[in-house]
Amino acid sequence: MSTGTTKLDVVVSDVVPVNDLVTRFHFRRRDGELLPTFSGGAHVVVEMRDGERTRLNPYSLMGSPLDTREYTISVRRDDVGRGGSLFMHRSVKPGLEMVISYPVNLFSLDLRAKKHLMLAGGIGITPFMAQTAQLAGEGGNFELHYTCRTASLGTYADLLRERYGRRVRLYHDDLEERIDLDRLLSSQPLGTHLYVCGPAGMINWVRDRAAALGWPQETVHYEHFAAPQPGLPFDVRLAVSGKTIRVGSQQSLLEAIEAAGVDPPYLCRGGVCGQCETNVISCDGKFIHNDHWLSEEEHRSGRKIMPCVSRFEGRSLVLER
Amino acid sequence: MGITFRKETFRDDFTFRNSPEHIRRFPFPFHEDSYMYAVNIEPHVVGPKGSVLENLIDVDEHYVAEMQDRALVLAEDPLRCQSLPHMTLAGWDLLELLMEQQALGYPEHFTLKRDGDRWRWINRPLGIDDTFTFGDTSTLPYGPMEYITRQSQGDFCILDQRDGNLWMDAGMVTTQADWSLDFDIGMNFFEWHAPVPLAHEKGIFVRALKFLTNIQQGKPARRLNWTMTINPRLDTSPENYHKWGPDRATVTPENVGDKVHLRVELQSFWRLPRSNGIVFPIRCYLIKMDELVTQPKWARRLHRVIRDLPEELATYKGLTRYRSTLVEWLSKLDDGSATSQGFGPD
Repeated sequence: MSTGTTKLDVVVSDVVPVNDLVTRFHFRRRDGELLPTFSGGAHVVVEMRDGERTRLNPYSLMGSPLDTREYTISVRRDDVGRGGSLFMHRSVKPGLEMVISYPVNLFSLDLRAKKHLMLAGGIGITPFMAQTAQLAGEGGNFELHYTCRTASLGTYADLLRERYGRRVRLYHDDLEERIDLDRLLSSQPLGTHLYVCGPAGMINWVRDRAAALGWPQETVHYEHFAAPQPGLPFDVRLAVSGKTIRVGSQQSLLEAIEAAGVDPPYLCRGGVCGQCETNVISCDGKFIHNDHWLSEEEHRSGRKIMPCVSRFEGRSLVLER
Repeated sequence: MGITFRKETFRDDFTFRNSPEHIRRFPFPFHEDSYMYAVNIEPHVVGPKGSVLENLIDVDEHYVAEMQDRALVLAEDPLRCQSLPHMTLAGWDLLELLMEQQALGYPEHFTLKRDGDRWRWINRPLGIDDTFTFGDTSTLPYGPMEYITRQSQGDFCILDQRDGNLWMDAGMVTTQADWSLDFDIGMNFFEWHAPVPLAHEKGIFVRALKFLTNIQQGKPARRLNWTMTINPRLDTSPENYHKWGPDRATVTPENVGDKVHLRVELQSFWRLPRSNGIVFPIRCYLIKMDELVTQPKWARRLHRVIRDLPEELATYKGLTRYRSTLVEWLSKLDDGSATSQGFGPD
């Protein structure tokens, strides 16, 4: 399968339930060698052989970049999602041989920052686990604000408090604790960079407030891998390969293209990296764009689509694939 | 069997030469009888034995002499090596890459022993045997980038990746074709390429940047670039233009074969793992016309390429002063017969 990265043959070395929703998975190389070094914020794409189906989901690496004997990811169970997280929770046991991609970082630290201000929501904590470990090892200046639903669902909150003490602030939804965002953003020293990872609503809120308060765009970093959304089935003609395919309601367009034996490049499978950008040759219907890659103008033009997360409803769609 | 390192100079008496084996391994950059820019980037994978691609970081018979020349340049002008404060981690990435690759390709000359953070580096050609703590700059005589690039052939630019662009934020540049790190430091990809003619109109830099920002760890890429240099001078920097610029007026029909050199850059691009930066080694290979034309195919092809080169490119590459003399000299070696496909000699 063509992708932007090299593959790693790994074995699941441990599976650790963290709380009611989140389970941590540990991977080691099958040949016993060290895994590639990575930088905080990097993700890997995990290949899941689920019966006839291959699922490819990106997960942030959450271990310390200083220790490459194993990689760790944390997966939040999504009972109404398309099944990748359920597969991980139900079928992945210690000893299982899996294939993962080399690490790719689309959410890296800006090492010029005088201070790194991090805002995490829920499972969005995972890239910050690696970034804080990296910064702490280098004596970096960071502060982490972490919002979770309840204390018991505050994945790794205790660990982070233990490691970094007052540099970590916790906010619990059930206790109606809220980040005083405007105050926080208004009181940062010059040269601070802002990082946010969490639900789309949180990312948008933080980006909007930062912009309103005059933060330069290049100091605001966010990671939001959109999971492909289910939708109505639709048919697509692939002009280059001469195939007509049907995209199932639980399938992404990219997955359907791959199932037909056509392999567009990809890195993130979440509408961020831009690798699978595809030209539209003709269409009669409407697009449901879910990516963060194309500009609004490109979305309106109807001439491009990101097949990893976006869908189509209508009579006909012809793509340059 | 190790490499026999030549004793030679790249200045003053210019004793630099290629051995017959090194002539045949020269990375001749023209696969056809004409030249125009293209995004000629390909995966940087190991190539045939006996070629400059036999190892991903090439060490050749000029290694020791090039490192001596670099030390001379740095003694005169320390600003040829610069690293902005946020680039130290990338410097460690580069140190690891170059030590690993050189030890892997040339175990008779280089040895790297790693015990956690305690590393021992043995460089036999330069008589170095150092033990240091990886990540602790105080345990090395220079910063990590300067330390290892004083022991590695070629220039090195380390690019920080942010805001969808690449930034020239560190480098060791002493064997350059008329550009200056001190001038370009801190610039982004479009800024430092601004002087290049024609390529902007073709949208080449937009596509090249998109490609480079997507370079992945473990999957380096490469391209060849070329120009010409009078005398085998590695350091043709703008800072030293007064030393080498006038050389271009010294070419005569009698000395073309000895003075005019084809200068080829093997440029590669690697993702750095800890810093998420990109390192861009620019490895310079020189060959004088007398050596190059020992391969008749190269003589015929080079004649046609230089003769038909668009005027803007000839000017940008600084060929104008001696182009007609060179073309006239090469024309005598071109019988008009066809040249075979590909780069290599027949």
